Amino acid sequence: MDPLSTLWETFFDWDAMREALPEMLTVGLPNTLILAVSAALLGSVLGLLLAVAGISRSRWLRWPARVYTDVFRGLPAAATILLIGVGLAPLGMQVWGPDPYPLGILALSLIAAAYIGEIFRSGIQSVEAAQLEGARALGFSWADAMRLVIIPQGIRRVLPAWVNQLIALIKDSSLVYFLGLVASQRELFRIGQDYAATTGNESALLLAGLCYLALTVPLTHVVNWIDRRLRNGRPATASTEEDDDDVTSYAATEGDRR
Amino acid sequence: MTATTTTSVSLDVRDVHLAFGPNRVLRGVDLSVPRGATACVIGPSGSGKSTLLRTINRLIEPDRGDVLLDGRSVLGDDPDALRQRVGMVFQQFNLFPHMSVLRNVTLALRRLRKLGADEAESVARAQLELVGLAGKANSRPAQLSGGQQQRVAIARALALRPEVMLFDEATSALDPELVKGVLGVMADLSAAGMTMVVVTHEMGFARQVADTVAFMDRGVVLEAGPPEAIFERAEHPRLRRFLDQVL
Repeated sequence: MDPLSTLWETFFDWDAMREALPEMLTVGLPNTLILAVSAALLGSVLGLLLAVAGISRSRWLRWPARVYTDVFRGLPAAATILLIGVGLAPLGMQVWGPDPYPLGILALSLIAAAYIGEIFRSGIQSVEAAQLEGARALGFSWADAMRLVIIPQGIRRVLPAWVNQLIALIKDSSLVYFLGLVASQRELFRIGQDYAATTGNESALLLAGLCYLALTVPLTHVVNWIDRRLRNGRPATASTEEDDDDVTSYAATEGDRR
Repeated sequence: MTATTTTSVSLDVRDVHLAFGPNRVLRGVDLSVPRGATACVIGPSGSGKSTLLRTINRLIEPDRGDVLLDGRSVLGDDPDALRQRVGMVFQQFNLFPHMSVLRNVTLALRRLRKLGADEAESVARAQLELVGLAGKANSRPAQLSGGQQQRVAIARALALRPEVMLFDEATSALDPELVKGVLGVMADLSAAGMTMVVVTHEMGFARQVADTVAFMDRGVVLEAGPPEAIFERAEHPRLRRFLDQVL
């Protein structure tokens, strides 16, 4: 066999792909989604808490947030997953049994939170101080002003960066295979790798790669669409609203429209 | 615009001092605004006018002195509760860009006044009607002109039925042709009996609408009195120089 067709067979063996496909879709895909979605939710909530702590006036909140972020951003994801997944396994065993998923999700969330916290913090800090002043002047407490006015605006400004982090999370979810998964718990990467290992052919792994792309590429486009929508508001609905400049005698005849 | 308030109160600022580090921004300011009266504060930039407004609703806490509403000091009150009694309008409007015009007005009604959705909406719509913007309830602030945005900001403050209104250079950021509409709303509010403190560079407005004009320079009120006295018979040389430059 000539080298080129060997190479072709190694990556594009359709039979091998067809064989792996059902398990990829019925076992791998749901598991990857469970890992990534749960870690995205938990990581985003933790990230928001970190972001708020990071801009707090109290150093007792700012400092721990800083240290946390430095540590979890600075460690390799694989090391963190192993440290938490294996290190806390005895504890986990008592709480929910031998299932490695909760600790895997926890580790992924803790890592994602460090990055998402920084993303949210930069967004929140980019909101003009006048917005906080406007909300406080209405009588909102600092916490309500943050919750209702500042944070929603800040997060909207960093949605694309946040989605980048979710994409990283989808990919990093493959690392939980370190923790030892039973057959029904295997996610996309692990299934591809198992097929590749037993057949000596990488096609199933390539198929796993395509599955990742099918998740990540649309995600970027969806968020870009949402981002545009938030920037420009809803598509303009034809306004039938009538003139509104009947202000006062003082306003005299001067209209006030753009 | 019909009367929007029957509950306005008198405002007294007494000997208010404030320093940012070595920079003494307010050096003993006194200002007395009887119930239902309008005081215009004029003066050069950096004279402490905007800072004075912020000490009245305690966005900035004064170092010394007192602020009284209806004869009672507010410095011991909960600042958030105080700010619901004192409406404020800013140079840059400070509307919330991620919310519709309607929601900008209903937010505090619902969250702070605890009104139900329907009630808050009808209060807000009535208030928007009064500033001539009933048709813009579902727009985003960015879709409005500056003058319209400022009128929304006024409606937002008035919806809470404040007892005193503060205006911080409310028309300074507007294109000239948009100024009158906003000043008109303010003039009507004044005529309706709202107690108001208006920091402004609009001398025509001060002359026409104010009961009292106070001239501030370097952190103190140098001269105060009825508009005719200030504009026709100014005593302090600094005030005369200022008026020569702006009139």
